[in-house]
Amino acid sequence: MVLPENLVRFWRDFTENRVAVVALATVGLIVLLALAAPLIAPQNPYDLARLVLADARRPPGYIGAGGFTHWLGTDAQGRDLLSAILYGLRISIQVGLIAGVVAFILGASLGTMAAFFGGRTEAFIMRFIDLQLSFPAILLALVLAALLGQGKWQIIAALVTAQYAYFARTAHGAASAERPKEYVAAALSIPLPSSRVIFRHILPNCMAPLIVVATVQVANSIALEATLSFLGLGLPVTEPSLGMLIANGFQYMLSGRYWISIYPGVALIFLIVAINLVGDQVRDQLNPRLQR
Amino acid sequence: MSDLVVVKDVSKRFAPHVSLGERIAAKLGQPVDMRTVHALDEVSLSIAQGEVLGLVGESGCGKSTLGRIIAGILKPTSGSALIGAVPVMGTGRRSVKSTTRVQMVFQDPFASLNPRMRVGDCLWEGPIAHGLITRSEADAYVSTWLVAVGLDPEAANKFPHQFSGGQRQRIAIARALAMKPDVLVCDEPVASLDVSIQAQIINLFLKLRRDLGLTMLFISHDLGIVRHICDRVAIMYLGRIVESGDTQSVYAAPRHPYTRALLDSVPKLRLEDDALVSFHPIQGELPSPLSPPPGCHFHLRCDYAQADCQAVVPKLRAFGGGHVAACHHPLGSK
Amino acid sequence: MSQPLLEVRDLVTQFDTRAGVVKAVDGVSFSLNAGEIVGLVGESGSGKSVTGFSILGLVDPPGRIVSGSIRLEGQELIGLEPSKLRSLRGRKMAMVFQDPTATLNPLLTIGTQMRLALTAHERLSTASASARCIGVLEQVGIPDAARRLEAYPHQFSGGMRQRVAIAIALLSHPALIVCDEPTTALDVSIQAQILTEMKTLTADLGTALIWISHDLATVSSLASRLLVMYAGRIIEEGPTAAVLRTPRHPYTQGLLNSLPSIAEPGAALKQIPGTMPSLSRLPEGCAFAPRCGYADAVCGFAPGMTHEGARGFRCHHPLSREGVA
Repeated sequence: MVLPENLVRFWRDFTENRVAVVALATVGLIVLLALAAPLIAPQNPYDLARLVLADARRPPGYIGAGGFTHWLGTDAQGRDLLSAILYGLRISIQVGLIAGVVAFILGASLGTMAAFFGGRTEAFIMRFIDLQLSFPAILLALVLAALLGQGKWQIIAALVTAQYAYFARTAHGAASAERPKEYVAAALSIPLPSSRVIFRHILPNCMAPLIVVATVQVANSIALEATLSFLGLGLPVTEPSLGMLIANGFQYMLSGRYWISIYPGVALIFLIVAINLVGDQVRDQLNPRLQR
Repeated sequence: MSDLVVVKDVSKRFAPHVSLGERIAAKLGQPVDMRTVHALDEVSLSIAQGEVLGLVGESGCGKSTLGRIIAGILKPTSGSALIGAVPVMGTGRRSVKSTTRVQMVFQDPFASLNPRMRVGDCLWEGPIAHGLITRSEADAYVSTWLVAVGLDPEAANKFPHQFSGGQRQRIAIARALAMKPDVLVCDEPVASLDVSIQAQIINLFLKLRRDLGLTMLFISHDLGIVRHICDRVAIMYLGRIVESGDTQSVYAAPRHPYTRALLDSVPKLRLEDDALVSFHPIQGELPSPLSPPPGCHFHLRCDYAQADCQAVVPKLRAFGGGHVAACHHPLGSK
Repeated sequence: MSQPLLEVRDLVTQFDTRAGVVKAVDGVSFSLNAGEIVGLVGESGSGKSVTGFSILGLVDPPGRIVSGSIRLEGQELIGLEPSKLRSLRGRKMAMVFQDPTATLNPLLTIGTQMRLALTAHERLSTASASARCIGVLEQVGIPDAARRLEAYPHQFSGGMRQRVAIAIALLSHPALIVCDEPTTALDVSIQAQILTEMKTLTADLGTALIWISHDLATVSSLASRLLVMYAGRIIEEGPTAAVLRTPRHPYTQGLLNSLPSIAEPGAALKQIPGTMPSLSRLPEGCAFAPRCGYADAVCGFAPGMTHEGARGFRCHHPLSREGVA
């Protein structure tokens, strides 16, 4: 739906900002590494049978029982931290992306429909959204995670529920601006069915602010998931996400075994900051008022 | 020649949101400005099959509102608009058009096309949605219509912003015609175009009308264009039709003072005359549709107004040959 | 006869955009005497508005005046210090824009805006400034001026707002007013009123007027001279009646043919085929040649301006003096 020549121009402008390019490359690199985790990680951290407890809490550079170097050290269960981080990134990106996309579809549809139908429907939906937005996302996610229990899909459900409201509100704002425009009246005057007007006419013209929200929300999802896992509510112990790794390593921070917490933390920071930087650039570029 | 479009006693009021406090105050008898816009006031007209009716007037006269009611975009507050004896708007709480026999061409070619949709898509989505064609026929169908309005079939793959104003208006016309309508409502279709492009689009309308036998409602503020294209013309002022009839007779011998004043106030190029351009302005301000004057809406600006003009609303009176005017003291009668 | 009030020589204004250099004004020359009304006619993209902005010094980056000279009462305007230019604007020359809603600040009363415009150039007490403002408002035909001074723009109708804009332009009695399509956005009957008022006002005050418009009939009711622009150049000029009755340039003839009011009702209008070329990709030679029915090989070379008395035209194959080519 975005025009090809527009994409070319978008890319050209994007590459003018070096920070954004570096950030995009970082995200790309992390995603690639995470995707390739099963191939490049020296060890499968989920395979409990393979773990050697004697290798636990070893510093970076230690050569363990498996015969390979633990470049980033090992954690409290003897897991190779590099492998754990790669797999953890994989989970984080998966969860963040899926939650972001589902929240996008759900929220954008809801917001656009509310703006289209107006009247009581709009008032009802938007008041509900406002209500939900008045709670901090973390609180909602916590409560839902506690209710739904542990597991990847439960977490995704909790994250979607916590975040779709942001998409809904943005979509509602953009769609309300598009609704009175003449091309909508023209489409309705044929007459085209409402669903087609909403999804094929109004929504594509609301994409700019929604894409901006999407990049921010993916980063937020990743951070939220890490937070939930850190608190023990996220993914189960058998699928250690970055948050859990950080949590597990916390007790060893002061005793000098910093690597167990720090390295997963650094990886998380890199990912989130890089996504946010890309999102910043996308937002600046899509903002028509900032055009030169 | 039967009447294809019949509008009977259509009124339209727009009531912007009045707060709860104000409504209570009004109920208690306090004077509250309810801010109701009386856009149309019991308007009736008819268009015969194959005829082009011009609708002329200034801002606030309601011509765009009337056009949208006939095209099925707005629902009248009271009265009915019928195409071939079938109401344009369906009954029911949500106002949905119940016929595709009437289509509309809008004024602003930049705003009336979806900027994110390819021209071809926007042309075939209506016909497919209403079962006029199948998906496999769509491309050929679109090409036919693009050629008919004077565009290259290649245009189907492009986006609206790649075209000029005149070309976009052609696309808008093709979109309307692709629905195979019997009636075309055009709301100031050439007003935002350059003079030389206007001429091209006017010629296109003339050609399409001839080839397709269209019935048209042509809304415009430009008296010259209306005289050029339209068989009959209706003049509107502040929500009412004040005069209508055959174009040449209305222009040559108007009966309503407003028509006469309007015709006189437009600068006209008269190359043969010494004066070259002649016009005579109308005195006074255009009243607001929020507070129309009592009686005849035009009486405050009329050179011939008398006491009864303020008291009684004039009804349309016949002057022979289908020429009607709503005036207590029409011109040319003594 | 002293020097002309305004002398524009070979003005070139261009815009440096991403899509290329847009030559909005490509070598425009004309002069204006005190008290004269000149009509600048053309369609969108012809450069007429940018010419007006250039004279007032209102061309903002990425646009800039590249070369040429604009002399107002003998003083060169191009390259003048911005502060000196600003003091000239309002005092010696003023502009009336197309959209009166955009010209007036919606948050300030009319009186405040007018007093601000006045005191920018003259030292006046509030009382005398208000008195001057009321005087001008009455001149432009706003009834009950003293009370209306404290009203906000949204409380005026479109026609009234444009009258206020004209009043602001007239406040310091400038010698020149440039009007950019001032009546296009107004209703027909109001347009007629404002045209009549402008005619009497400028005659009374001796103000010179440059009336920019695409509407031949409107312009011709006011202007004693017409300048027809196409693709950034003046392609025809002369006394209004002469230009309209016997146009020498095929484009002018084409514009006249496009007017339904002159044509036979129901007949196809003699349209000009094609569209104006994009100003960033002008053809070599005569810009109108691709659309001209009389063009041939020599039109590949840009025609210069031919002068015949008070008439001027830029064409290798001008229409004959009888008006038929």
